[in-house]
Amino acid sequence: MADLNELSEKLSSIKAEIKAELEKKETSKSVFEYRKTIFDSKTGKIGSLMREMGKIPNEMKAEYGKRVNEMKAWAQDMFEEMDEKFRKEEMKHRYESEKLDVTMPAREIKIGYLHPNTLIRNRIVDIFGSMGFEIYEGTEIETDYYNFTALNTPDDHPARDMQDTFYLSDKFLLRTQTSAGQIHVMEAKKPPIKIISPGKVFRSDDDATHSPMFSQMEGLVVDKGITLCDLKGMLDEFVRRIFGEGTSTRLRPSYFPFTEPSVEVDVSCFQCHGKGCKLCKGTGWIEVLGAGVVNKKVLEGCGIDPDVYSGFAFGIGIERIAMLKYGINNIKLLFESDLRVLEQIRE
Amino acid sequence: MLVPLSWLKEYVDINISVDELEEKLFSCGFEVEEKYEVGHDISKVVVGYVEECEPIPDTHLHLCKVNAGEAGVLQICCGADNVRAGGKFPLALIGATVYATAKDHKTVEGVMTIGQGKLRGYDSFGMLCSGVEIGLTEDMYEGAGYNGLLVLPDDAVTGADVKPIVGLDDWIFDIAITANRPDCQSIFGIAREVAAVLGTKLHEPALDYTETEVKKEGFAVKVAAPDICPRYIGHYVYDVKIAPSPAWMRRRLALIGQTPISNLVDITNYILNELGQPMHAFDYAYLEGDQINVRRAEDGEKIVTLDEKELTLNSSNLVICDGVKPVALAGIMGGLNSEILDSTTEVLFEAAKFARDNIRKSSRALGKASDSSARFSKGVDEYTTVMAMKRALHLIEELDCGKVSSTHVDTNTGNTIEASELKVSVNKVNGVLGITVPTDDILRILKGLAFDPVLEGDELTLRVPAYREDMESYQDVAEEVIRMYGYDHVKGTFMPTAEVTLGGYNLEQKTELKIKRALCAAGASEGVHYSFFSPSSLDLIGLPEDAWERKAIRIMNPINEDLSLMRTTLAPQMIQAMQRNQKKGILEGRIYELGNIFVPGSLPLTEYPEELETICIGCFGEDEDFFSVKGVVEVVADTLGTEFEYEASQKPFLHPYRTAKILCNGEEVGYMGQIKYELIDELDMRVDSFIAQIDLYKLKKYYAGEQTFIPLPRFPEEKRDLCFVMDKNITCAQIEKEIKNSCELITDVKLFDVYEGMQLGMDKKSMAFTVVYTPGEEELTSDKVDGYVSGLLETLKDKYGAVLRS
Repeated sequence: MADLNELSEKLSSIKAEIKAELEKKETSKSVFEYRKTIFDSKTGKIGSLMREMGKIPNEMKAEYGKRVNEMKAWAQDMFEEMDEKFRKEEMKHRYESEKLDVTMPAREIKIGYLHPNTLIRNRIVDIFGSMGFEIYEGTEIETDYYNFTALNTPDDHPARDMQDTFYLSDKFLLRTQTSAGQIHVMEAKKPPIKIISPGKVFRSDDDATHSPMFSQMEGLVVDKGITLCDLKGMLDEFVRRIFGEGTSTRLRPSYFPFTEPSVEVDVSCFQCHGKGCKLCKGTGWIEVLGAGVVNKKVLEGCGIDPDVYSGFAFGIGIERIAMLKYGINNIKLLFESDLRVLEQIRE
Repeated sequence: MLVPLSWLKEYVDINISVDELEEKLFSCGFEVEEKYEVGHDISKVVVGYVEECEPIPDTHLHLCKVNAGEAGVLQICCGADNVRAGGKFPLALIGATVYATAKDHKTVEGVMTIGQGKLRGYDSFGMLCSGVEIGLTEDMYEGAGYNGLLVLPDDAVTGADVKPIVGLDDWIFDIAITANRPDCQSIFGIAREVAAVLGTKLHEPALDYTETEVKKEGFAVKVAAPDICPRYIGHYVYDVKIAPSPAWMRRRLALIGQTPISNLVDITNYILNELGQPMHAFDYAYLEGDQINVRRAEDGEKIVTLDEKELTLNSSNLVICDGVKPVALAGIMGGLNSEILDSTTEVLFEAAKFARDNIRKSSRALGKASDSSARFSKGVDEYTTVMAMKRALHLIEELDCGKVSSTHVDTNTGNTIEASELKVSVNKVNGVLGITVPTDDILRILKGLAFDPVLEGDELTLRVPAYREDMESYQDVAEEVIRMYGYDHVKGTFMPTAEVTLGGYNLEQKTELKIKRALCAAGASEGVHYSFFSPSSLDLIGLPEDAWERKAIRIMNPINEDLSLMRTTLAPQMIQAMQRNQKKGILEGRIYELGNIFVPGSLPLTEYPEELETICIGCFGEDEDFFSVKGVVEVVADTLGTEFEYEASQKPFLHPYRTAKILCNGEEVGYMGQIKYELIDELDMRVDSFIAQIDLYKLKKYYAGEQTFIPLPRFPEEKRDLCFVMDKNITCAQIEKEIKNSCELITDVKLFDVYEGMQLGMDKKSMAFTVVYTPGEEELTSDKVDGYVSGLLETLKDKYGAVLRS
């Protein structure tokens, strides 16, 4: 290459050629391929220009290099531009070809749900757990002693008639109340005691409103100076947390052999707030649990001195709360594993 | 217990409304389950005075002009035979409600509203009524049983509401009595409470009577079982004249749903309801040997009770015998052989106390219950036993139906019927309640309950009436005080004196909840099934005769056979749950249960059986297969941070080639598989269904507490995809295990492809695995990994003849 004029001509013709070639291109891929051939360091029209540097006289080298680089930059811009143009078009096509009917159904990710009993149980446990209660789970099969006798219900006691018991032998039975757990706890542990004891209980009752198996949660506090007011205070807090702000409790006299005084606890109707509705049968109150001050005979039987310690106990029916809260109208539905029921309550 | 307001008012003055009375009873521990006006269905019925009464020709009807007071004089057509001018009868005005009767004019068929009628062309502006039509019976109101108009007294005010005149304005309260208050199982018992809560005076029923000189010489009572009959009182009554009871007594019995029989029998029933003491009257003429013997029955001894049923007794039953034979089943029912008849002229009255559990158990065992057994089962106190006999003898005189002899026998075990002393600390009473009840209120309340309180300093001395057997300690006193003082005085406090405790779930409870939530995330919903099932459940899953699961605990008194065995497996109920869903058209789903199985040490039970936590998973639907279900099972292992292994296995109720034992570190911890098609067909199930049972109790050792973070590897992992050709019968687990064991840097082995085809040969297959090598402290070079791999290849070739697929 003799002089720069010659170079100019050559660069012009390459430019023209690239322009002409790019005109013909229709895809970004073909632009990419063409670009590769142009810039190939051995055979490429631009790529090979640098290899010719050696043949250039020294005094012209600087100018040669500059022009070639300018050329390179120009070509690169050209390619970029074309590339951009095609990519845009191609993306547009791609997007158009991938058009969806977004109203079509989702691909299902199936998840399951906890049983309503578990949901209620967890809520109650969380509430009492945060108040310092431990969870004690007793056994479903109990002895007559723990289920009755130690709970101040000796063999001749009419309260035994209050609960129809399933017997497994003379000594063993299916517990009729989670209260049976109280005694185990008090025998094993000295005050302060704060436990809740959830579990399945059994009574020989099977009709529209009774299931032979259901669940209870027993609560027990034994410490110094525990009173009926403490029971009331704690239950107020409990119903407020489970049924919502503004609910309150009402105590009324009742009878359980292992508490004295014994109370039935009503909660102000959380649906009508006391005005009277179908849920509370127009009374403004809903019966939710039984409770009382632990009978001193029960404490004595467990070796706890009633002159030093006192306590309260309460028993909550889990299904009752579940049915009230979720409006489930038949207790049997909770034990049939009908997926239409199980998949409905989603807390 | 039914309590008519009018009857209650005999013993206590009540000047408040029925609603207020209900509220008062409720507040002191007596829930009124129901209350209703006796004439609640009757309205707008007034005293009608028939001014004119002319027969309508050729009919049995009369056309009357009836004065209805304010409602004016009305034309009424009447078909009754006793309608007459000058008579006063109940008149149902237009819009009144009365009972509609059947053709017999006696059977009530519902309530009807009176409209303007027309009989044989004559308008009738109301209806003259019979007793039945306004809800009365002969027992409730004399003359009401007549098949015609009810004749009202001449002094009844024309136009006045008929209800108060015939007692239809009375109220009945159905009151629930708690088991600790057997003394309130009577109308007088309730009256005592009402007097206390209202602070009004209590009127005791009259108990006076006069004994004649007459004696039944030689009559004796022997109690051979004083442990279950601590008191037996007998009194001989002669010159008995059996007749209907007086109207007032018949009305009261009718109001509580009892049918009056005769004066003697009615006295016993009346006292049972009035005082709560069951009584019995024997026809003395049929008692042999002038004696009563109270003893345990002999095994096989028989008695025919009043309801003409023969019972075979045993030594746990208590009988009342004369000198020869049983004449009553104590506390439950009298014998037919000594029943009061119209011809009875001399009777022996019995008032006794029998042990409550003896009566309860006998009544249950013999399937024979009565008002008497119900009262005795709840407990009768001897104070009332003594009182009741006096009351019976008083009523004999009052009803003039016999003479009270001076033969009176009272055997007892020395229990006093005097009030007993109870000393309690006022501070302790208030200590139970957590409030300070003003001393004046405490004294007022206890006085109202007839405890005669005397206060000295902190010490309160009470005289507890013998009928209050429930009063034993300061806690009982606290309850008496607060139920009368009012539970609304109890204000919530938050255990100011209690120690602070930590509380919350323990590890086991936390882990189980974690597993439940993980299974939910895997698409399974939690079910809960009964802890008992049917013996046929064991057959459903084809358990062999000697399977341990067949040694299940039996319930002695099950509701029915289907709920008679404590479950030893969760699978049958899960299969049935899937069946129920499929029958309802739910054709896909996942259910799990976490519950106990019950494994006895020996039968019958002599010690607590094991209650073992078990998980059962049921999956069904077209999209489910063995491996999708295996994925759900793996969730349990993942949650516990452990791994399960699987071995082909067999179960009678599962697919022979799609069943696996589940193992954890070599220990068998459950099984899973597809339910076999025969069972699917038998149960009318519609889709492939799978089941897994995991012995969660064996996995407790893997429950982990706090987790610690494992730092990420400092050097990149090396992955190799390796595909081996081997005999078809070699399992994935075998190769996987070999790969894992080949190098300790391997952290994951995953099968990603299985191929069988002609190219490989009939008995060959290929399996491709991704193997991950995770470097430790040193960087892993490609060469090093190649070295591990070639070692692995050699082992696989030697052991299984597996070669790398080229």
